[in-house]
Amino acid sequence: MLSRREFLKLCMQTTAGMSLARLLRPEILKALDQGEITRSPVIWLELGSCTGESISLDNTLDPDLKRLFLEIIDLRYHWLFIQAQGELAIKTLFKTVEEDAGRFILVVEGSVVTRNDGMYNIVLDRNGQLIPGIQLLKEIAPQAKHVVAVGACAAFGGPGAAYPNPAKAVGVQDILNLKVINIPGCPSHTEWMVGTLAHLIMYGEPELNNYNCPTMFFGKTIHDLCHRRSDYDNGKFANYPGDEGCFYKIGCKGPVTYADCPTRQWNNHINWPVKAGIPCIGCANPHFPDGMMPYFEHLPDIYLPGGKTRIEKIGATLGGITALGISSHMIGSILTGRMGKNQIKGTQLREPNPGEKAPVQEKILDNLEKTEKTSQELVLSKLDEILRYQHNLNIKLMKKPSFLKKLKFWVKKKDEK
Amino acid sequence: MVKKRILPLTRVHEPMQVEVEVNDGQVTDAWVSGTLFRGFELMLENRDPRDTAIYAQRICGICSTAHAVAGALALEEAYNIQPTPNGSLIRNLIFGSDFIQNHLRQFYVLTLPDYARGPNTSPFRPLLKGDYKIPKNIEEKLYENYWKATEISAKAHQMLAIWGAKAPHQQTILPGGVTEKPTAEKINMFTALLREAEKFVVEKYIPDVYTIAEYYPEYYNIGKGYGNLMSYGLFPSGPGNDKHFKPGIVEKFSRKPSQLDPRKITEEVEHSWYKQDEAQHHPYEEETVPDMDKPQAYSWVKTPLYNNKPFEGGPIARMWINEKYQKGVSVNDRNIARALELKEIINFMYLWLEKLNLGQPTLNKHEPKPTAEGAGLTDSMRGQLGHWVKIKNGRTAHYQIITPSAWNYSPKDKNNRRGPVEEALIGTPVESLDSLIEVGRVIRCFDPCFSCSVHVIKGNRKLDKYLI
Ligand code: SF4
Repeated sequence: MLSRREFLKLCMQTTAGMSLARLLRPEILKALDQGEITRSPVIWLELGSCTGESISLDNTLDPDLKRLFLEIIDLRYHWLFIQAQGELAIKTLFKTVEEDAGRFILVVEGSVVTRNDGMYNIVLDRNGQLIPGIQLLKEIAPQAKHVVAVGACAAFGGPGAAYPNPAKAVGVQDILNLKVINIPGCPSHTEWMVGTLAHLIMYGEPELNNYNCPTMFFGKTIHDLCHRRSDYDNGKFANYPGDEGCFYKIGCKGPVTYADCPTRQWNNHINWPVKAGIPCIGCANPHFPDGMMPYFEHLPDIYLPGGKTRIEKIGATLGGITALGISSHMIGSILTGRMGKNQIKGTQLREPNPGEKAPVQEKILDNLEKTEKTSQELVLSKLDEILRYQHNLNIKLMKKPSFLKKLKFWVKKKDEK
Repeated sequence: MVKKRILPLTRVHEPMQVEVEVNDGQVTDAWVSGTLFRGFELMLENRDPRDTAIYAQRICGICSTAHAVAGALALEEAYNIQPTPNGSLIRNLIFGSDFIQNHLRQFYVLTLPDYARGPNTSPFRPLLKGDYKIPKNIEEKLYENYWKATEISAKAHQMLAIWGAKAPHQQTILPGGVTEKPTAEKINMFTALLREAEKFVVEKYIPDVYTIAEYYPEYYNIGKGYGNLMSYGLFPSGPGNDKHFKPGIVEKFSRKPSQLDPRKITEEVEHSWYKQDEAQHHPYEEETVPDMDKPQAYSWVKTPLYNNKPFEGGPIARMWINEKYQKGVSVNDRNIARALELKEIINFMYLWLEKLNLGQPTLNKHEPKPTAEGAGLTDSMRGQLGHWVKIKNGRTAHYQIITPSAWNYSPKDKNNRRGPVEEALIGTPVESLDSLIEVGRVIRCFDPCFSCSVHVIKGNRKLDKYLI
């Protein structure tokens, strides 16, 4: 069998015209053939979803759906595909849970609706009793070998839980006391899903980041991989979607979004948003969508008690940082980073890992101070780097007043120069 | 008399429940309900209006483009702007590609397993009890096409992504046009994929639909319904309001369609889980609040009416109103009309490709207005879709959506008149009460999508606590 290392290399390799799945398939088949792995039973549970992930899964080519279903996974329950309906479908579901306990992979699509004890999302009728999605999830998840949340909604609440969250929806990990592997995105990319499933079948759990997303797909920011990055570095900015240049000034969320869209692209390497002339809306970011809106502005809306507030207002209370002439996006990100956890409704974040790298930010700043270059663009790009570190680690940057003070002081000094 | 409930009704988009009353092996009454509530309209309030066309797509993963188009149309009316000619054409191409994947998936993935048995493994087993009449060798051929159809659908989404960046949930449609630009390379790539899709539609899809109808001729008489058909029109054909599929209204199977007057659209919530209010409301005014304790209610879907009558939408309505298919309205007819419509759409797509003007702008740049209102009406794959938006202080103050599935799957109205699908179920012969496969066939020919039961609007104490 392919070593795990080689597998990861394949996953991260993104050759034009060559889908990940095509690269993987012979390896999976070989392993199946040699009895090293078996066709894994899969239960696919759809909760508060738009079926986007199912359709995205449908988009798999090489292996096409036929190979995926007949060779790689054993899809026992999935609303869109099973022939059975009603009682027969339910029987199959529970038979799998019982007979394949500890073996089946549970894939959850859609947010978990909690309003009225979940009755706003009824998923089946068991002997005359209406069962809400949340109850079913809690009942069968402990039996699963792995629980995978696909799509922004299942992973973090996503669009299903957007403010004011009328259905009181949350992500799967907020409901279960189990490890949940998150594959975010709106929808999740086919290859992120197929690649993760393949890894689970062949090697078990893949390496995960702080948000439990596989690092093989969510290890770098869009901004780092973006082909408009040189425009960013050269200060060539677009003023309207569809224009040439980097979309930073019209709200691109690439700098705060971890995903490999620029290299993997979508629908078998056809295109991806920035290439098609539209800023990244950060659909793979755990704060999507509330923390990413407005899409075409730097400043996200913050949902403070008392209503929606624009970030400029908060800026003023924070010692007039805006006056420093720092791109407002920075402030926006700082604020979201700090406030997101408590204030962004619906999208509940988990406790971050202890901020092992907090000093990194300071170090970047120190280096910045030493550098001779004074161009505003350089300053911005460095600050941005800091923010991206901060976002990745979810460190409460603003908790450190000293940092802000230092920043303010330093920018002022540069300005005076 | 027996009452039976199917939940989950599978092979539809999102959860759905149907309850039927069966007398002497025939359905005599039916209750169709959506069982998921998300409240998208409320989420759309207070947003930057520029975000809504992209965001509203999250209502539905299978017809996402339809919501982007309706959202963009509503904003264009509000801002009083027109898309550029290129922008309008590319939007049509994106939307058309989404039709290809939708119609193919609707027939092969959702419908076919009701009539023909697939390979002897999950997800095609266990098998519902039923009258499978198609000979083994033909079944095998149909399933070869099933797999091929999934491949062509994925490729249709590639076509979509050429202009729309990604699929599902494309990202380039904005008020004023699209952000992606035409190049010779893109046009060539698109054309090649379109040819492949066309070949499959002509050589496999259309004949396969007729094959099913041939083995199940009784379904020309099952699922007739009211014969009230409605379309908002589809695919703008130039500046102004002209569309390739013109809008219209048909009552009781009439062969002479009449004009559609959007002002006659109202909605009521008599049997829906929302707080009651006496009058029927126009979508600009409507305000509703969820209420699951309402005794007579049984669905999250509301009851839209036109001129106080229920109407169905979808390919059969468009083809009938445009006088391209008027053989009948039934389970088979709906499936056939859908397939024939796809061929028509593909023909239009070649036309749009030819008209693309390299080097001309695709986006009409504009300044958003702080106060405005507009409606975006278009047909989607499964029927008529409307977005109504009011903008105040540069933010969406009110957002209303009436989805095709609300029209088709609406619960009974105030006068206890059934919704179109409920009506179509009446008289369906039922062989086995355990499987109810026949009921599934009737429902699936409408191409159900329940992610669409989206309604809820603010204005009541119960929701106050969310509206801090
Ligand atoms: S800001 Fe956006 S468009 Fe600009 S380089 Fe970064 S990811 Fe690309």
